[in-house]
Amino acid sequence: MDQYLLIMRHEDGMKVASPEQIQAWMKQTMDWIGGIAAQNKFVSGTGLPFSDAKVVKSNKVVTNGPFGDIKETIGGFIVVKASSIDEAVEFAKGCPVLAGDGNTVEVRKVAKDDGVHA
Amino acid sequence: MEQKELIPHLFRTEAGKITAVLCKVFSIQHIEVAEDITSETFLLALETWTYKGIPDNPVAWLHTVARNKAKNQLHRARIGEKISKAIQSQQEIGSGPDIDLSPQNISDSQLQMLFALCHPSIPVEAQIGLSLRILCGFGIDEIASAFLTGKETINKRLFRAKEKLRADNVAIEFPTADEIGKRLEAVLTTLYLLFSEGYYSECQDRVLREDLCQEAMRLTHLLVENKETNCPEANALLSLMYFHTSRFPARKDASGAIILYDDQDEALWDQTCIARGAYYLHQSAQGNRISTYHLEASIAYWHTIKHDTPGKWENILQLYNTLLQIQYSPIAALNRTYALSKANGKREAIQEARKLNLTGNPYYYSLLGELFSGIDDEQAKQHFTEALKLSQTQADRNIISKKIDALTQ
Repeated sequence: MDQYLLIMRHEDGMKVASPEQIQAWMKQTMDWIGGIAAQNKFVSGTGLPFSDAKVVKSNKVVTNGPFGDIKETIGGFIVVKASSIDEAVEFAKGCPVLAGDGNTVEVRKVAKDDGVHA
Repeated sequence: MEQKELIPHLFRTEAGKITAVLCKVFSIQHIEVAEDITSETFLLALETWTYKGIPDNPVAWLHTVARNKAKNQLHRARIGEKISKAIQSQQEIGSGPDIDLSPQNISDSQLQMLFALCHPSIPVEAQIGLSLRILCGFGIDEIASAFLTGKETINKRLFRAKEKLRADNVAIEFPTADEIGKRLEAVLTTLYLLFSEGYYSECQDRVLREDLCQEAMRLTHLLVENKETNCPEANALLSLMYFHTSRFPARKDASGAIILYDDQDEALWDQTCIARGAYYLHQSAQGNRISTYHLEASIAYWHTIKHDTPGKWENILQLYNTLLQIQYSPIAALNRTYALSKANGKREAIQEARKLNLTGNPYYYSLLGELFSGIDDEQAKQHFTEALKLSQTQADRNIISKKIDALTQ
């Protein structure tokens, strides 16, 4: 079984939502992760706070956000076990982040220990 | 207490203490010597007290006899050089040749023995068995009943484990500061399993099952009362044990059949145990590590509130969500899905249940039966029927049959 990284991209919730709404999103996210863990397919994961983030550019200039040209940026990731990219995509489809327009979940295979990459 | 009851009672409470102290004196190489002295002491009590009556202070009497027997044994040096070496080194560190049966040394020796018996080199069933035998004064037949196996099996298991402890020359001492975390983890696992053995055992002897739980709690208390081993995880484990124990009087009916949580009479829940559970849960809330014991204790806490409050099932669901991220188990996955049905509704829970991939597990079908009840009773019945086929125990079959009957009416 391989491991896949599910990268969530979305807007900074603090800027667009009330604390109650953020709490509701948190619950949805925890229920989503709990559902994956209940299938024994959860490996690890974490949220990434938008505050106090920096970007280091090629000339070593350090800037605060934004982190990309679009307003959706990485807000967190989880690593799951899946037997194929399709199974990992099914997990990603349940991610509550996708309820927001323009938000995405990128699914990437973890190369370490896959027998192909060093 | 009459003598007939007093000796078995004292054996249960005192034998483990005496054996632990003597094991420490004689070292792991001579566990049998320590066990023999303890048995001889109680045998002598039986003989002497029958004729002369029970002494004023029976515990002191036992300690004196055990101490003298141990001293004679050392004096005769029958068991060879290894012991005298062990004694010499003890004298060098200043603890002296005396057999110290003070409360402090008893509890230290029991704890150190607990660490020795929960050594990673022996299998966990053997750790539990040895702890019951040496630290809790359980008979081989009692251990065999608790494990639902034969005396022969237990004897072999304990014999092999003692051989291994001897071969590895496991020291009876507190682990060093950099080792204690890992070793403590092993001890907590053993105590958790010892408790579960008593709580969930199929064994019909209720007294024996409750004794297992009590002993697991007594040993966990030792950890909590010693400053070297008093860690948040141990407090969380103790809290979990108290919360579970509070339901002991309510979870079986007069015939020994299991009463499900929803049907239990909460007036029978032991409020003193619940209060102690809450106390140790509070004590466990230190540091920043959340262990599975913290999560399980918190789940057990919410179960001490019988009536469904808005927060109750949501909290239980989130605790299971976190527990499963740390440690997956089929039973936690099933319980999480049940909590999901209570917090988010049955239809969502049915979808999630189907993904669990636990089709060989009778409880999986019981859960589906539960979730479909009231939504599609025909399907519910089919799932309960499947659960009945897969079920391993009579107690479970009785519960499932009742559920099917209720759906048929």
